[in-house]
Amino acid sequence: MLEIKNLHAEIEADGREILRGLDLTVKAGEVHAIMGPNGAGKSTLSHVLAGKPGYRVTQGTATLDGVDILEMDPALRAANGLFLAFQYPVEIPGVGNMTFLKAALNSQRKARGEGEMSTPDFMRLVRTEAGKLKITQDMLKRPVNVGFSGGEKKRNEILQMAILQPKLCILDETDSGLDIDALKVVSEGVNALRSPDRAFVVITHYQRLLDHIRPDVVHVLSKGRIVKTGGPDLALELEAKGYADFADEAA
Amino acid sequence: MAAVKETVDQVRAIDVDQYKYGFESAIESDMAPKGLSEDIVRFISAKKNEPEWMLEWRLDAYRRWLTMEEPTWARVHYPPIDFQDLYYYAAPKSTAGPKSLDEVDPELIRVYEKLGIPLKEQAVLAGVEGARIAVDAVFDSVSVVTTFREELAKVGIIFCSISEAMREYPDLVKKYLGTVVPTSDNYYATLNSAVFSDGSFVWIPEGVRCPMELSTYFRINEKKTGQFERTLIIAEKGSYVSYLEGCTAPQRDENQLHAAVVELVAMEDAEIKYSTVQNWYPGDKDGRGGIYNFVTKRGDCRGDRSKISWTQVETGSAITWKYPSCILRGDGSQGEFYSIAVSNGHQQVDSGTKMIHLGKNTASRIISKGISAGKSQNTYRGQVKINRKADGARSFTNCDSLLIGHDCGAHTVPYIESGNPKAKVEHEATTSKISDDQLFYCISRGLPTEEAVALIVNGFVREVLQQLPMEFAVEAQKLIGVSLEGSVG
Repeated sequence: MLEIKNLHAEIEADGREILRGLDLTVKAGEVHAIMGPNGAGKSTLSHVLAGKPGYRVTQGTATLDGVDILEMDPALRAANGLFLAFQYPVEIPGVGNMTFLKAALNSQRKARGEGEMSTPDFMRLVRTEAGKLKITQDMLKRPVNVGFSGGEKKRNEILQMAILQPKLCILDETDSGLDIDALKVVSEGVNALRSPDRAFVVITHYQRLLDHIRPDVVHVLSKGRIVKTGGPDLALELEAKGYADFADEAA
Repeated sequence: MAAVKETVDQVRAIDVDQYKYGFESAIESDMAPKGLSEDIVRFISAKKNEPEWMLEWRLDAYRRWLTMEEPTWARVHYPPIDFQDLYYYAAPKSTAGPKSLDEVDPELIRVYEKLGIPLKEQAVLAGVEGARIAVDAVFDSVSVVTTFREELAKVGIIFCSISEAMREYPDLVKKYLGTVVPTSDNYYATLNSAVFSDGSFVWIPEGVRCPMELSTYFRINEKKTGQFERTLIIAEKGSYVSYLEGCTAPQRDENQLHAAVVELVAMEDAEIKYSTVQNWYPGDKDGRGGIYNFVTKRGDCRGDRSKISWTQVETGSAITWKYPSCILRGDGSQGEFYSIAVSNGHQQVDSGTKMIHLGKNTASRIISKGISAGKSQNTYRGQVKINRKADGARSFTNCDSLLIGHDCGAHTVPYIESGNPKAKVEHEATTSKISDDQLFYCISRGLPTEEAVALIVNGFVREVLQQLPMEFAVEAQKLIGVSLEGSVG
């Protein structure tokens, strides 16, 4: 589903290279965890894939179901099934959460040549999915993320994911700022979305999220490259030993 | 979300130029000779068959004006205006005065149709289409038609052009004209008093709630012509009226002057809601052409517990100089000002309000949202003044500015004078930018850039949009989208 080959990317402003020949293959139905020390390029990877401005890709390719996404406008990447759950979801004052969701959904449908979803269908969908994530009516009516707690913001990201039904979900440090209860709710939300035709890339610094979202494959990212790949046990090993070994390997 | 979608569709439909009302209509005009003199003042007064006292009133204003100097305190810059190089009167030849709809030149009706202003009564009266909105259509210097007059007359409401009011209801006009904005008020108001040509007159009798929206639509068409409109609205005891004003002009290289005066009088327990959607031609992308909009608008809450509410959506004009104000004279009276000022290109906006608290327990509320893009400058200038006798007065101001891009500016200039230690005055101000993070967040969820900007901006101005009558809120939302086209990316 996702195929990244020899990806090099730098920060536009100062030309600092962050990703240095990254390779990654994720198949449909799989959950891949990407772990690594601070500054390894974990968030940069998620930003480059989603198309955030401020980065320059200098080499390599990234395709989603065989289609090159790096040249695509970020809105079109979303319509093609890519979803990034942000580490720090932003607040948009004055724009109702429902309004935002509906605008996003219908933009994507339009870009794919599908008709708009009717309001009753949309309301039904939102009500069902919001219920699963313990998102209240009040949160749906309030402006996007404004005054939400850290846990509410992350739950809201998962709600967007559930409504937009992407093919590839990238979770950028979704566990940061969550207490254990919130972590459970968010993880259950993610697990409920697992399916044979959807893939997940879970970026995290800590192993604890992986107790709740069980990965099929674990990668270690260091200095802009994948330096080790293994099964779920690799995460436990990292938890015990830390990242010190890998910093050396990549050097 | 339909509105946002429409905004974007509309933006796409407009090719190079975003101003869609820039067309010029070939309508023959009857014009005054160029320039300004006592003779021109007499000419205008004669054209309107005005009574002698009105001519004297105008001449008095004109003589005063000659001794006055143009104000320079606003944060706007423009080359000196040559007041002798303007026409002060232009009227479509076919229209001698306001008539019934079937007598109006079909060419004029078509102009208003093209502007999206329906000048029709039959279909609406029969319930076939549209909202019930009575329109006074002012074309250059004259009112060409006022709709729904008979319908309104049934409940005793007078809605007509001010020229007609001077002939038909001289006592009412004499009693109120110039009592809110005196002829000597300021440079442009004095000029207006001397040469004003047309505008609307509204009188709501005691205890009557106006059954429909009233509106005036101003159109400048002739070249080198100034438009000097004058509007007077009186709401007697316990009455209510909601009034809306709209304006557009053709696209030209020259700058044209629009200097209006609007006076509102609210008696005991009366309420006037005055909304403006201002969309004069703003000039081209290099700052050539556009309307100079120098306007004096003031409401007098003369009676106890009266209320005046100004709502404005300002997207047009090369320069806007405008401070709709309230004099809170009656005890317990209330003044409100809700404003959205959008500037793009080289537009300059200096706008705000004045709330003068004279009566006891008076209240004012100011919500101002400025959005600057391109190379524009957007200033909020507001005054809150509490008289020493205004016990229990309270005032709340909130002005927020939103910047789009790096070359524009937003400024806030509040003047607060409180002569009463028991008064409560609050002022809040914020300036923010549409952050790249907000924009990317929306785009990453599938919203195209233009739609994302429209969504964020509409969120920013929502509080004010909610104050507009429903139909106009949708229009205003679209207009804001169009005005900001191309401001990001």
